[in-house]
Amino acid sequence: MSPISRRKLITGGAVSVAGLAGVAAAGRIAERYGLIPPDHGMLYGAGETLNYATQRLFARHALAREFPRGMISKTPFLNEVSPHGAWFKQAQAEGFRNWKLKVDGLVARPTSFSVADLQALGRRSQITEVVCEEGWSYVAEWIGTPLSAVLREVGVLPQARYIVYLSPDPDQWDSLDMSQARHPQTLLSWGMNDGDLPVGFGGPLRMRVPRQLGYKSVKYIHRVTVTDSVKGFGDGRGSPAPAGGYAWYAGI
Amino acid sequence: MCYAPRVSTTTAVPVQKKAPRHAAVVRVTHWLTVVAFALLLFTGGEIILTHPRFYWGETGNVTMKPLFRIPIPSSRDTVPTGYKTVLPDENGWGRALHFEAAWLLVFTALVYGAWGLGSGHFRRNLLPARGDWNGRAFWRDLWRSPREKTGSAAYNVVQRTAYLGVIFVLFPMVMWTGLALSPTFNAAFPWFVDVLGGRQSARTLHFFITIALTVFLVVHVTMVAMSGFRGKMRGMITGRGVESEEERG
Repeated sequence: MSPISRRKLITGGAVSVAGLAGVAAAGRIAERYGLIPPDHGMLYGAGETLNYATQRLFARHALAREFPRGMISKTPFLNEVSPHGAWFKQAQAEGFRNWKLKVDGLVARPTSFSVADLQALGRRSQITEVVCEEGWSYVAEWIGTPLSAVLREVGVLPQARYIVYLSPDPDQWDSLDMSQARHPQTLLSWGMNDGDLPVGFGGPLRMRVPRQLGYKSVKYIHRVTVTDSVKGFGDGRGSPAPAGGYAWYAGI
Repeated sequence: MCYAPRVSTTTAVPVQKKAPRHAAVVRVTHWLTVVAFALLLFTGGEIILTHPRFYWGETGNVTMKPLFRIPIPSSRDTVPTGYKTVLPDENGWGRALHFEAAWLLVFTALVYGAWGLGSGHFRRNLLPARGDWNGRAFWRDLWRSPREKTGSAAYNVVQRTAYLGVIFVLFPMVMWTGLALSPTFNAAFPWFVDVLGGRQSARTLHFFITIALTVFLVVHVTMVAMSGFRGKMRGMITGRGVESEEERG
């Protein structure tokens, strides 16, 4: 063996070992700081993890763009979900007066809020864009109670890592990490464009997550559960989206 | 056209080692780019199927007049296409693979860009010679047949301009316009999308830049085929050249 090839072999070996150790260490660090999404086990897990980790690191406190009133879309696209069952029609006939948001899980004071209770708790209005993964979008004013205010009210326990938000439709739910849940623009929205939130757009209560794609803004929210793991919900990947091939993290 | 051959002034080396037609970094990053671009083009086309309409400005949806639409069926029944057919929804894995391929392209670009600057590859092999910075030289090389043997492996001014345009204009622009579609990226860097005229403008530009890259790809492969496909492929795979090997390409 010539000295050159031996040197190459040793250098190559050292680089490979360092590379492997680096990847292992990066994985450990990512896990430690919660940079790995719950659906990382999918075929495209490497890409999903890179998307989630980089955006979490570099855009943690960034605010979604807000627009002037003149940019509110005159014809926001109404993306209907599945037809409403009898229970929903009943609630609608009552003017949603009896619609309750149950907040439970890892909280000090589990509480049920009516929409009026939420309105009394806090109000934020923001003109943001709804962005669908299909490519279309519209701008609307969303009025609601910051989720952070609700979480403060119920007292989140320190081991909390995710909030899971559910609608009465078992296929319509999702989850956020605590940093997204506490983001000032994450709203439990009950108003739109200076009025009540129309049923077609998710009334009486819709989650609005303007830094992620539209499918994270689940309509007809009636329960928020604070948890340390999303394994117990659905197929354990934090959202029904991964079952259809879509990412849990929808910031891109 | 001829460039002065680079002759080594070192006398201690007894045997002049032949420089490869393309450096190893060029060869590896070239083929990684091929893989990434093929995946991005395929999945990008798949993503368009969910909404084959393009708009200008910040917002756009089916209630608004599009800038133009592509006359194909859609994978969503909410999009009026004129077709009864609704294609199956393949957007989930399509998007995931699109971003994974985009990451591959970004890492490849970082390696190639850093090496290209550090090694002098861009300056030596891609920047046109000073004497060629004129329309006459460009015009002359534009009509040069790819079959013509120039006795030199160096790129002419048209090739250099095309490669520089792809590397420093089209690829950065396609990454920029793609990132400008990410709602979280836009939150962190709002100017990134605002200077493009809005999110829908960014989407439309992303489409047109992809068309430009695809046109380049077609011309590039045609030129390779016309100037001796096997030899050019060997050069880009093994590094062994078939033409004058006095210079690196």
